[in-house]
Amino acid sequence: GTLLELSYLVAALLFVVGLKLLSHPESARRGNFYAGAGMVLAMLTTILLHKNADGGGIQPANVWIILAAIGVGSAIGWIIARKVKMTAMPQLVSFYNATGGAASALVALLEFPNADMSNWGSVLVTLLGLIIGAIAFSGSMVAYGKLDGKVNDIRAGYLSYINLILLAGTLALALFILLSGQTPTELNWAIYLLLAVSLLYGVLFVMPIGGADMPVVISLLNSFTGIAAAMAGFIYNNQAMILGGILVGAAGSILTLLMCKAMNRSLLNVIIGAFGGGDAATQG
Amino acid sequence: MEEILIFFYTYKEAIFIIALSIFLGIEVISNVPAVLHTPLMSGANAISGVIIIGGIILVGHADASRINTELILGIFAVIFGTLNVVGGFVVTDRMLEMFKKKKK
Repeated sequence: GTLLELSYLVAALLFVVGLKLLSHPESARRGNFYAGAGMVLAMLTTILLHKNADGGGIQPANVWIILAAIGVGSAIGWIIARKVKMTAMPQLVSFYNATGGAASALVALLEFPNADMSNWGSVLVTLLGLIIGAIAFSGSMVAYGKLDGKVNDIRAGYLSYINLILLAGTLALALFILLSGQTPTELNWAIYLLLAVSLLYGVLFVMPIGGADMPVVISLLNSFTGIAAAMAGFIYNNQAMILGGILVGAAGSILTLLMCKAMNRSLLNVIIGAFGGGDAATQG
Repeated sequence: MEEILIFFYTYKEAIFIIALSIFLGIEVISNVPAVLHTPLMSGANAISGVIIIGGIILVGHADASRINTELILGIFAVIFGTLNVVGGFVVTDRMLEMFKKKKK
């Protein structure tokens, strides 16, 4: 256990140092390598040293399944990242952000049946992981589609009302699950409905935003993915996940604001601007 | 009120980590030049793939003796998480490679 914690500390430090180096031109590539090394370290030590609640390590059969899944993911991730045209890089970042969001939503969805419903804090982080992960996934997929020319902007005024209703519905459903006092099995329908509503909200949230604003939106959704990963980190009380996730959440938020500033736009302008149908609405 | 205090007490370590890492995240990137915005976003995106650890833990304690929903969806979580990590870091490296060539 201690060795695992220690390796998480090293991994977390590598994330921080990596991000720091990434923000200077001469050291950026090294920073990316450090952060990647931190991730490999955290993955390896988790597979080797993680203990279940009953104190047993990961079963050999499961280790092989995990390694196979990592192998498949690595091969696909590597090939796509190497083969794609240089001009298609931004949508690729969005695509990979979507996969991270999907992973967060899946982890939260699958851990919900194990949630202790009397501990509202643990239920809350699970629900937030699900909601934010799902929004990051579907929103990033739409952003990917837009940058790739597969999805067109839909700028209709009524979308803003639908979005508000969906957001309210998502929060109401999450509150219901928190306060209903029912078991996770009884709430099975509600958790899948919550997933569906969050996915839909992610789509409609990005749908009206103009193509030129996509980098800002991807950065925003990137910080969402970080927060979703941190919420999942709460479920496992895993320091590497919490620190890595919050770090990305905070850095991603600031980066989003910096990108807006570079474009001479405010974040509200980018998001609200979408509400009434492009730039015209923001002036009035 | 008491419930909030209990919540704080239960998660005090995590709350400390959160409070400090928010400042760290802001501080670490606050002086980034505009030309590095996209690579930094991509690098941060790769770090958010840290959710892969959750996927590994999930599949690690799943019942692997028979095919079931938890196992299948857990495997997808690991694959998606790995895509985020590997794809994220490789794409960032490619961007920075290009950046270096441009400078020369």
